[in-house]
Amino acid sequence: MPPPPFVQVEQVSMRYGGLEGTLALQAADLAVARGEFVAVVGPSGCGKSTLMRLVTGLWPATAGRVTVDGRPVSGPVAIAGMAFQNPTLLPWRSILDNVMLPLEVVEPHRRQLRRERARYEAEARELLAQVGLAGFEQKYPWQLSGGMQQRASLCRALIHRPALLMLDEPFGALDIFTREDLWAVLQEVWMARRPTVILVTHDLREAAYLADRVLVMSARPGRIIAEREVGFQRPRRLEDTYAPEFQALVHELRDHIAAAREEGPDAARREAADVR
Amino acid sequence: MSADPALARARRRRRVEAALPWLVTLAAFLLWEGGVRILGVAEFILPAPSAVALSIQKWWWPILENAGQTLFTTVLGFLLAVAFGLALGVAIGSSTLLYRGLYPLLIAFNSVPKVAVVPVLVIWFGIGTWPAVITAFLISFFPIVVNVATGIATVEPELKDVLRALGAKQTDIIRKVGLPRAMPYFFASLKVAITTAFVGSIIAETVAANAGIGHLMIVASSRFDVPLVFAGLVVTGVMGVLMYAVAAAIERRTTGWAMRGQDGTGLAVGG
Ligand SMILES: Nc1ncnc2c1ncn2[C@@H]1O[C@H](COP(=O)(O)OP(=O)(O)OP(=O)(O)O)[C@@H](O)[C@H]1O
Ligand SMILES: [Mg+2]
Repeated sequence: MPPPPFVQVEQVSMRYGGLEGTLALQAADLAVARGEFVAVVGPSGCGKSTLMRLVTGLWPATAGRVTVDGRPVSGPVAIAGMAFQNPTLLPWRSILDNVMLPLEVVEPHRRQLRRERARYEAEARELLAQVGLAGFEQKYPWQLSGGMQQRASLCRALIHRPALLMLDEPFGALDIFTREDLWAVLQEVWMARRPTVILVTHDLREAAYLADRVLVMSARPGRIIAEREVGFQRPRRLEDTYAPEFQALVHELRDHIAAAREEGPDAARREAADVR
Repeated sequence: MSADPALARARRRRRVEAALPWLVTLAAFLLWEGGVRILGVAEFILPAPSAVALSIQKWWWPILENAGQTLFTTVLGFLLAVAFGLALGVAIGSSTLLYRGLYPLLIAFNSVPKVAVVPVLVIWFGIGTWPAVITAFLISFFPIVVNVATGIATVEPELKDVLRALGAKQTDIIRKVGLPRAMPYFFASLKVAITTAFVGSIIAETVAANAGIGHLMIVASSRFDVPLVFAGLVVTGVMGVLMYAVAAAIERRTTGWAMRGQDGTGLAVGG
């Protein structure tokens, strides 16, 4: 028997704001194995961020079942590292203190932090160096560029070695070069620690480069309409993304999304019918 | 040294900015003095600043004594307001239920003129220090509550999500994010609150005290010693500005991050 999925989403629907509200997800199904790297792509506004909130238990689903690590999710899962499209750093903390924030919250680090501060701090510095922020530890977020803040925010998501890493377009606001650098860093960290990763992205090259499996969502109300294994060998290199097989995969994904967007008006009508 | 004219200009500009409040105050006093002299206004209607200064010189000990009393009641009431306002602000800002339940009551309470409350306080506490302390407290806690609550309630949802997904408890979120974020709001409100606290204690002193600047002014006016009344006003104004400056200095030291260090003075101390 195969091991049960680490993250399982079964027939989950989500409607914001009461009966007449926006139906963001409808009967979505999703299963992610432990240690798997999954990318979720789909048209804008289709419910990707919503899916992330439901998996981490930040919001309760309107219908359906979410389980993480075998347990039904009824509140925040308390094991997830998160990063969003905007960096959401705390302006009154230095970059180093921002990165170390999860250690002040998550057990067992929380208990050990005072005693083993030096070790934790070294880890944080190393992580910052990995994303090219060595020398900026004592700066404040507003003294860094947007892209640098975003990199610090990624470090904050990683510092406590979460079993579940939820990344919601973390590279969306970055220039292409920084983005590609960070893909490499993320792949490296993932290969070293093997967390379960769910990455939302608009960048199909990014999805294909990083993920073991790419899931395509329909237009709102969202559900998974296609999935594609990505078999390329790891560690993947940037050059690989220009190989014909890789390009073919990206095109295939693009076609799926184009189809999903076409289907959009239909989906809206479905929803209207559903309200009645 | 003065090689860079832009730098020199900036320095001169900064010096002018620092001197400006003094210059404006001085000009206002001169205008007042001149106006009173030219128009020949009677001293018992509007005394000239020179007459007020003479009065201060003549009555300096009673003024100092009474100013001390007013400062004491004001600061005590203000400190109570800070403690209570901070606690209530945190509670209201972090719980929608409390916000919904208490906010209308707070608004209603704040709309009651505090002069109307003083007689009640006299019935409860008698004439003396307490009515002034409590009036100062009542009048100054509202801005603190509202500001702290706003600071905490408007924490970015994504930031809360980051912490909640880590398993942070509500108290963690308030301690690590809510409170530090509310600090600029809090200190902004302190600057308002300390000046209104003076209003509160002086109102109470004019009605229900036998000491304090308010009491001094009432006594002076009953003797038609108008220069002394104005002396009381001036002394109150000076105390208000001094306390404001203290609050502003604390604000600059603790929440420099909120100013983003634009003027180079605001390097924050981490929290
Ligand atoms: N807090 C909210 N309250 C009400 N409606 C919401 C809320 N958050 C999202 N929605 C609605 O749910 C739908 C899906 O939103 P969601 O943020 O999940 O989309 P998304 O796929 O992440 O979009 P994007 O790719 O642009 O980030 C949208 O139509 C949006 O209007
Ligand atoms: Mg989104």
